[in-house]
Amino acid sequence: MARKISIKDAIHEALDQEMARDPSVIVMGEDIVGGAGSPGERDAWGGVLGVTKGLYAKYSDRLLDTPLSESAYVGAAIGAACCGMRPVAELMFIDFMGVCFDQLFNQAAKFKYMFGGKARTPVVIRTMVGAGFRAAAQHSQMLTPIFTHIPGLKVVCPSTAYDAKGLLIQSIRDDDPVIFCEHKALYGLEGDVPEAPYAIPLGEATVVREGRSCSIVTYGMMVHRATEAAAALAKEGVDCEVVDLRSLSPLDLDTVIESVEKTGHLVCVDEAHPRCSIAADISAQVVQRAFPSLRAQIEMVTAPHTPVPFSPVLEDLYIPSAKQIAEAVHRAMSGAPR
Amino acid sequence: MPAITPIVMPKWGLSMKEGTVNQWLVDEGGEIRVGQAIMEVETDKITGEVEASDAGLLRRRIASAGQTLPVKALLGVMAPPEVSDADIDGFVAGYVVPVEAEEEEGAASSAYQFVDVGGIRVRYARRGDDPRNVLLIHGFGGDLDNWLFNIDALSQQSTVVALDLPGHGQSDRTLPGRTLGELARFVIRFLDAVEIRRAHLVGHSLGGAIAAQMALDDPDRVESLALIASAGLGDQIDTGYTEGFVAAQSRRELKPLVEQLFARPELVTRQLLDDILRYKRLDGVSELLSELGGGLFAGGQQREQPGRRLGETGKRVLVVWGAGDRIIPATHAAHTPPSATRQIIEGAGHMVQMEKAGEVNAALTRHFLG
Repeated sequence: MARKISIKDAIHEALDQEMARDPSVIVMGEDIVGGAGSPGERDAWGGVLGVTKGLYAKYSDRLLDTPLSESAYVGAAIGAACCGMRPVAELMFIDFMGVCFDQLFNQAAKFKYMFGGKARTPVVIRTMVGAGFRAAAQHSQMLTPIFTHIPGLKVVCPSTAYDAKGLLIQSIRDDDPVIFCEHKALYGLEGDVPEAPYAIPLGEATVVREGRSCSIVTYGMMVHRATEAAAALAKEGVDCEVVDLRSLSPLDLDTVIESVEKTGHLVCVDEAHPRCSIAADISAQVVQRAFPSLRAQIEMVTAPHTPVPFSPVLEDLYIPSAKQIAEAVHRAMSGAPR
Repeated sequence: MPAITPIVMPKWGLSMKEGTVNQWLVDEGGEIRVGQAIMEVETDKITGEVEASDAGLLRRRIASAGQTLPVKALLGVMAPPEVSDADIDGFVAGYVVPVEAEEEEGAASSAYQFVDVGGIRVRYARRGDDPRNVLLIHGFGGDLDNWLFNIDALSQQSTVVALDLPGHGQSDRTLPGRTLGELARFVIRFLDAVEIRRAHLVGHSLGGAIAAQMALDDPDRVESLALIASAGLGDQIDTGYTEGFVAAQSRRELKPLVEQLFARPELVTRQLLDDILRYKRLDGVSELLSELGGGLFAGGQQREQPGRRLGETGKRVLVVWGAGDRIIPATHAAHTPPSATRQIIEGAGHMVQMEKAGEVNAALTRHFLG
């Protein structure tokens, strides 16, 4: 598997291959073509960071530029999904999702249940998450926990190019609404990706590093911080296992429990705010399911309970670091809380 | 002066950079014979046994259990009794891990090549430079990496080519047919494409049945046959395995199945399972394997048994089997012509060429030399 491509290109390839395979796949969003009236793709941005660039030339009738109205086009995508299409709506930043909560929470997530299992809503909302881009409090949030809270929505957040392609393909083929979270700081990250299409089931975590001393459970960009921490800890003789959840809903708790049963120690890392976060959720579920396996308190490493600061210095402090993760592992291993 | 022989970290396959010593299997002062398992090393792909390529007396164990060391790092020292401890100390102190020619991105990818065979893109690897040609054919659901522990060793004295069968590994996911005749014809066309006129065929499992079919259909292309845990020699096969392998959707479902391939299930690493899942999750693979397996192993048994007719060909035949094979019984080895050389290896399962690579490589080398 010698071919290495970036996460951005892996997402592009997934969209391209699914549009080629299935004529009911449509892509819609703001500036995904390149703005009204721009001829062909030459002037096209292809989305705010260029993920959809070039698709318009191939699938002009299925790439829909929308007005700057998230509530309107997310609603339209959900409606189209109910009527037999498989829309992928690009909503630039997850921070803007607030204006379509009714469409998502009360409509898309509920149709299957309100209509006796007869309605399907195969829609994907692609959206950027995460801090580190100097984009301030309204364009930098990690709001994954909010969507994970809602039954009926699936939530995915890949950390590698291989996973990004396979999880997006599965999300498009899935018959339920999926919130597909792309970390903006990872778009350029390259990895081995097969050229052929493939699907990774939702709800399957992966162990990115095996270890016996302490489990670090996380997702998204934090997987890389955790791996960095694990590499540093390995030099001190602390052998960490890093679990990448990949999809937050459905959640592969079995892999987490299996890991904790082996190591007896757990650190949950989440770029989201601490209250009601993925880290808090995992901690609670592990305590319920595997309390006898735990040899010490669970540690959480999260962003603080504040908006993302605009000051670059403060923003860098805001995002959980490899050093913080390593310190948390030490606390969990020693059984000495902060 | 009597020679000091270093034992070094082996390189298994292209991607291996380092290995972790699990345990020594020989004590200091122990005699080592060629092919003997000296130690167990774990890589990110699989755990394997380091087998002695030279005989000698183990004088010093350098690497200790749990240590992770780069390829070619010094693991131990063999020397005759007359070599002094001081000389060994000097050798160890002076040993420098050879710097591997930094593999450029291009060099690494050219280790695998692709060729078009009748519209199907086939991945293959070619090693060695010798007039003697050897073709390695893997089994059902496998790929050329099943020869991880064999390809480099065999290429010392032969040109070795290993392919991914159509629908397998990184070859196109298209079948040229689902009978042994059609598969054999395809592999002959592959030999044409890589410009090999005549070769020693080494087939594992389904690959053995394909090799036998090639010997029957195109005898002038076949120098000799080596059948490893081969299909096509009898009707028995555990189709619970083949069907389960096709159906398995997750690591949890796959693990107990893949473990059946080995006498020692602990050899199966997470990475090995992940690699298999990556292959199985490619669009079309499940359907294709299901079609192929359904055709070849319909009704819980092997439909075609070309290996039983090899006597007609007059070819030299070597049969190698793991005594603990749970997929195809080792008793099928008896169904080859009386002139065949048979080697049943204890402590190995269906993937005998991985589990007991040293013994298999030695048997193959003897076989090629005639």
